[in-house]
Amino acid sequence: MSGMQPGGPRTAAAWLLGLILLLMPAFAGDFVLFQIFGWAFILGMIALSLMFLAGYGGMVSLVQMSVAGCAAYMVAIFGDSAITQISLGWPWWITVPLAIAIATLFGTLAGALAVRTQGIYTIMITLAIASAFFYFTRQNYVVFNGFSGFNGVLPPPLFGVDWRQPVPFYYLALFFAALAYFLVLYVSRAPFGLALQGIRDNPRRMEALGFNVVMHRIAAYAFASAIAAVAGVLLVWLNAQVSPGTAGIGPVIDILIIAVVGGLGRPIGPFIGAIIYVLLRTFALDFLVSLGLSGERFQLLIGAGFLVIVFWSPDGVLGLWDRTRERIASRDRQRSPLYRAIRGQTGGPA
Amino acid sequence: MMSAFVRAHPAWSAVIAIALALLLVAVFAHWPPGVVAVLGRKKIFLNALLNGITLGGLYFLVASGFTLIFGLMKNVNLAHGSLYLFGGYIGFEIAEATGWWLLSFVVAFLLVAAIGVVLQTLVFRRIEGQDLRQTLVTIGISIVVADLMLWIWGGDFYQISTPEWLQGPMVLPVISAIKSSGAVVYLKYPLVRIVIFLASVAIGLAMWMALNRTRIGMLIRAGVDDREMLAASGIGVQRVFVLVFAFGAGLAGLAGVVGGTFQSLAPGEDIRFLLASLVVVIVGGMGSIVGAALGALLIGLAEQFGSVYMPTYAVVLTFLIMVLVLAFRPQGLMGRRT
Repeated sequence: MSGMQPGGPRTAAAWLLGLILLLMPAFAGDFVLFQIFGWAFILGMIALSLMFLAGYGGMVSLVQMSVAGCAAYMVAIFGDSAITQISLGWPWWITVPLAIAIATLFGTLAGALAVRTQGIYTIMITLAIASAFFYFTRQNYVVFNGFSGFNGVLPPPLFGVDWRQPVPFYYLALFFAALAYFLVLYVSRAPFGLALQGIRDNPRRMEALGFNVVMHRIAAYAFASAIAAVAGVLLVWLNAQVSPGTAGIGPVIDILIIAVVGGLGRPIGPFIGAIIYVLLRTFALDFLVSLGLSGERFQLLIGAGFLVIVFWSPDGVLGLWDRTRERIASRDRQRSPLYRAIRGQTGGPA
Repeated sequence: MMSAFVRAHPAWSAVIAIALALLLVAVFAHWPPGVVAVLGRKKIFLNALLNGITLGGLYFLVASGFTLIFGLMKNVNLAHGSLYLFGGYIGFEIAEATGWWLLSFVVAFLLVAAIGVVLQTLVFRRIEGQDLRQTLVTIGISIVVADLMLWIWGGDFYQISTPEWLQGPMVLPVISAIKSSGAVVYLKYPLVRIVIFLASVAIGLAMWMALNRTRIGMLIRAGVDDREMLAASGIGVQRVFVLVFAFGAGLAGLAGVVGGTFQSLAPGEDIRFLLASLVVVIVGGMGSIVGAALGALLIGLAEQFGSVYMPTYAVVLTFLIMVLVLAFRPQGLMGRRT
């Protein structure tokens, strides 16, 4: 693991990136702020919750998008929307915490079910739960308003700011994305996160050491679900609507693609994946048309790109980046006289 | 097997026996008005029952290939639904072009089995033993294939037309109602559905026989239990793998033709049937043919009864079955603990 050396080039790059993100509204247009970065931050947060479970806990959960969808629905149901016969119209300071709490509970319960099995079964069960959520919201008209869902869900005008304006929403999404990022980074180094990584690598040994493996795993689901739930609230404000398609099978798989393409090794991976995905999603049409193909073949592009990544670089873009750095580093080492001296003596592997 | 189960679980056997007896009474007895008031007309109940059973037959065809492949090779093929839909489209094209309904089954089976061979040798063999990568790669494949099929066949609904000799209803020796004049009305049900259901039962039985009574079946069962040991005994395991993968994929293709005749073919059906197979094998137990049959029947019945008796909560019923099974038997009804 390459840590962050203080004062190293990585720290400098991180500060620079932070500064660019903070000053973005000064030079980026409304469309880029709202539709590209706002969306990417939200998708990045949901993928981050998957990355936390998969990377640190070894549990690939496909239910995270449904958790976000659940939070989005709860905001629409308890708060205000254009569907006045269902929406209760409660104030935001009740609605938002309640939505996050319910969605977190949903994710935790799904996790409690999923941890009864392991490995590949986790993927299948969470996929089944996610699809049950999708079909249920589509079938149920009493609470979830069926096929059409809810529209006209707007963020509260807090502090006299319209939070759906591009610049305020950009900062809102950036704030929560950064919060989630640093929280995951912190938890991964806290005792809980370390225990979780221990459980990922050897559950039996951790059990023998006295750790409650099942409870740690469920707690990991609860933590990840809270992040996904916050992202879900932001998502419903971004789109101003929520419908079964919000957490359909497609978006559920897309979150997995985002996390995997970005890389499951570090928390920054999902955000890289999200930016790539959103850029592709937004500009693929023009790109495909310029290649002489019809713009409808977007899924083909995403699927083929995903296939290439998982076939040749299973650890995503981050893995590619790490390997490139290593190659450069080893080339530098090969040039150094010390390296040649050692190689000459021991005849180590080529 | 049955007597062993009865001895091991007397209470459960009694519950199952009573439930079956009640079902038989419900099917054959004349319903008094009190029952009709609670459950609705008998015809609705009988139709839901038969629809559920025949849908279970279709689910079994799709899921048994999935569970066989997983059980033997631990290969997670999330492109299984794509094989189903592709088989359906191929069947439609063949039936349209030649007018031979039966030929479409043969061609769909062989073609999709060939695709299975390609998948096994080019994809799965390279990433053997890597669960997550197999999942991801097959998800990628299913996305690409889904879009290619959308490109070729478009977003329309296709239905494979039933051949003339199977058209029309069949009168079953089950009383659906007694008119006020005293005339007995017998239940009518589409002949093609019954024939296809019987065929899937026959395929299931043949599979069970092949697995338990033949040499190749013995090899497959040995491979499920201990792959390394089988390979060490000088058996060409890879050949067995290719064979099973081809057969499982072919079954999915065949099921596609069945689905295209029963229901319809459209984009999204691939995912629907992938999910159905997932739920069926989670409920029935991975790698077990009997489990797949049981799970398919349960899920088919749950879907049909759910959509008749509680339309807006039908999915919950299916989901509830899965949750209950996971809570009390995480390895599935017929699965073995690993």
